[in-house]
Amino acid sequence: MTDHTSTHRVWRVGADIDTDALAPGAYMKFGIDEIARHCLQRVRPEFAAQVQPGDVLVAGPNFGIGSSREQAAAALVRLGVAAVIAPSFNGLYFRNAFNVGLLLLTCPQAESLADGERITFDATAGRVVREQGGAHSELHCETVPAFLMDMVRAGGLLNLLKQRQTS
Amino acid sequence: MSASNAHQPQTHQPQTLAQKLIAAACGRPAVDEGEIVTCAVDLAMFHDSSGPRRLQPMLEELGASLWDPAKIVLVIDHYVPESDDESRRIVRIARDWAAGQQLPNVYDSVGICHVVVPQHGHIRPGMFCVGGDSHSPTGGAFGAYMFGIGSTEMLGVAVTGQIWVKVPRTLMMRWGGRLAAGVTAKDMMLHMIGRYGMNGGRYQAVEFCGEAVRALSMQERMTLSNMSAELGSQVGLIAPDDTTAAYLRQAGVTAELDLARWQSDAGADAEWRDFDAASLAPQVAAPHSPANARDVDEYPDVPLQVAYIGACTGAKLDDLRAAATVLRGRKLAAGMRLMVAPASLQDQQLADEDGVMQVLRDAGAEVLATSCGACAGYGGSIPDGATVISTTARNFKGRMGSETAQVYLASPYTVAASAVAGRIADPREFMA
Repeated sequence: MTDHTSTHRVWRVGADIDTDALAPGAYMKFGIDEIARHCLQRVRPEFAAQVQPGDVLVAGPNFGIGSSREQAAAALVRLGVAAVIAPSFNGLYFRNAFNVGLLLLTCPQAESLADGERITFDATAGRVVREQGGAHSELHCETVPAFLMDMVRAGGLLNLLKQRQTS
Repeated sequence: MSASNAHQPQTHQPQTLAQKLIAAACGRPAVDEGEIVTCAVDLAMFHDSSGPRRLQPMLEELGASLWDPAKIVLVIDHYVPESDDESRRIVRIARDWAAGQQLPNVYDSVGICHVVVPQHGHIRPGMFCVGGDSHSPTGGAFGAYMFGIGSTEMLGVAVTGQIWVKVPRTLMMRWGGRLAAGVTAKDMMLHMIGRYGMNGGRYQAVEFCGEAVRALSMQERMTLSNMSAELGSQVGLIAPDDTTAAYLRQAGVTAELDLARWQSDAGADAEWRDFDAASLAPQVAAPHSPANARDVDEYPDVPLQVAYIGACTGAKLDDLRAAATVLRGRKLAAGMRLMVAPASLQDQQLADEDGVMQVLRDAGAEVLATSCGACAGYGGSIPDGATVISTTARNFKGRMGSETAQVYLASPYTVAASAVAGRIADPREFMA
C-alpha cells in the first residue's frame, strides 16, 4: 500500500504483544465485531474505542506471538488500522495478517516512533517517514513481496480468490 | 498466494530435512534457502474453532468445493464439552458441515487434535501438512513438514490444495547425553525458549537431534515439536527412526516408511546449537511468558493454589505416567486443587488400564474432559487470582481465562511434585 498523501497517527505498544491480548480467548466464540471491541484491552484499554481508521499500531519485537487465531489480525482490520509497524513479527501472525488484508511493516527502528506522532509510509519502497515539526526523517523497513502486496490491495486472500474466479 | 517454482538450483548441495520435505512437496529435486515455492499439501487438519465455522461461510461466498476431502482431518476439541449456546452452535456447525461434506476423517470429542491425529496414523515421514492451530508443528516429530496457519489461509488450502512457503534456514538443536530421571522434553523446550526467546526460531526450521532426542519416546518428541510454536519457528522437525516406525505400526500404518530418505544430509548448511541433556535441571517458566524459564531451584518460595495437567503439550499418556510416578501414594497439599484433562480418550483409557488414572484420583485429582479445556481459556477457566502451575505451553496474561491468575509452566513431574508440596517443588526430591 503506497500512501504518501495522508498521515497516520501512531499508537505505541510494547514488545511481545500476544494473540490473547489482540483477540482474548473468552471472546473467541463471538464474531469479529465483539472480538475487536476487546482488542488490546489488557495493554491499552482505550485503544478499541478511540482508534481511528487510518491509524497505525507501532510495537516492539515479536508482535503477534501465540495462537493461530487470525482474529488477532482481523480485529485490527475491523478497527481500520492501516498497518502494524514493528522490528519483528511472529511468523504465523505475519502470514495471517496478509491473508486478512492487514499490512505489516518490519522496521528495525520502529521503536523510535512516539505515541501520537504522525507518519506516512511507502510499503513498496520500504520506508516510514516521520512528520515532526516540518522536519522529515525516514525509517527503513523490509520491502514486502509483490504477491503479499497484492493480497493487501485486494483486502485479503478471500477477495483475491474471488477476483481470480471472476477474471 | 502462489509463487513460481521455476527456479532451479545450479548444484545439488547437501540438503537439510526441511529442504528435502519442501522439495518433495513442490516437485523439485532440491530447493535453496530463502526461495519462495508453492507446495502441494498432503494433509490439512483443523478443529471446531478454526475450521468449519470460519471455512463454511467463505467456501459458500466463493461457491467453491473442497480440493480433496480425503486429505482433510477435522477434530472437534476446542468447544467440547459444550458449555453454553455459543459453544453448542459452533460444535453443531462443525458436525453438520462434516456430514454434509462426507468427510472421511472426523474425530469428535475424543481428544486434542495434535495428539489424536498422530494416534490414528495420519502423519507420516515425508509428508507436507498444515494445521489450523499454532501447535501444528507437533507433526514435525514424525519427520513431516507441518505448520500452523489461520482460517483464511486454510480456505486457500481447502480450495486449491496448495500453499506457499519460504524455504527456511535450519537451526539444529543437538542434545548430547541423556536426561536425568524426572527431567523431560518439556524441560528441554522451556530451557531452549528461555535461552533464545519466543522469536528465537525466527520462523525458520528447527530440527532436534542428538542422543537425548533419539532416546525420547514419540510422545516426548511430540512435546518438543509442539512447543516449537513458543520458540517461534515454523516447524520443529525430528528425523524419523525405529521409534517413529514402531509408533506408526501400532497406530495401524501399513504403508512403507522410507526412514533413510528423510534425514538431513551430512554437511547440509545449518546453524548448530549444542546442549547437554545430563546437566539439565527441571525448568519452570514464570508468569507471563514461556521465555521466563529458569531452573526449578530458583523458585524457592512460590505458594500455589492450583495445579493443571492438561493440553496437547502436557497430558499425553507419557505425561500422565510421569505425574503418577510422583503422586503414587501421596496426597495433594492442603487447599491445593489438581485438575487433570487427559489429551485424548485413548491416552486416558490406556492410563486407566495401567492404573495411572487411579493413582491421580487417589492423590486428589479432579479429572476433566479430554479437550483443550482451560489451556486456551475457552472454557473451564482457572480461578481468578490463583497462582497456578501448569503443564501447558503458554502462560500469557489471561491465556487460561483469568486476567488475574499467575501461571507458571513446568513438566508433569514438576507440576505433580508442586501439587503435593503446595509450592513450586523439584520433582527429583520425590523420586527415590
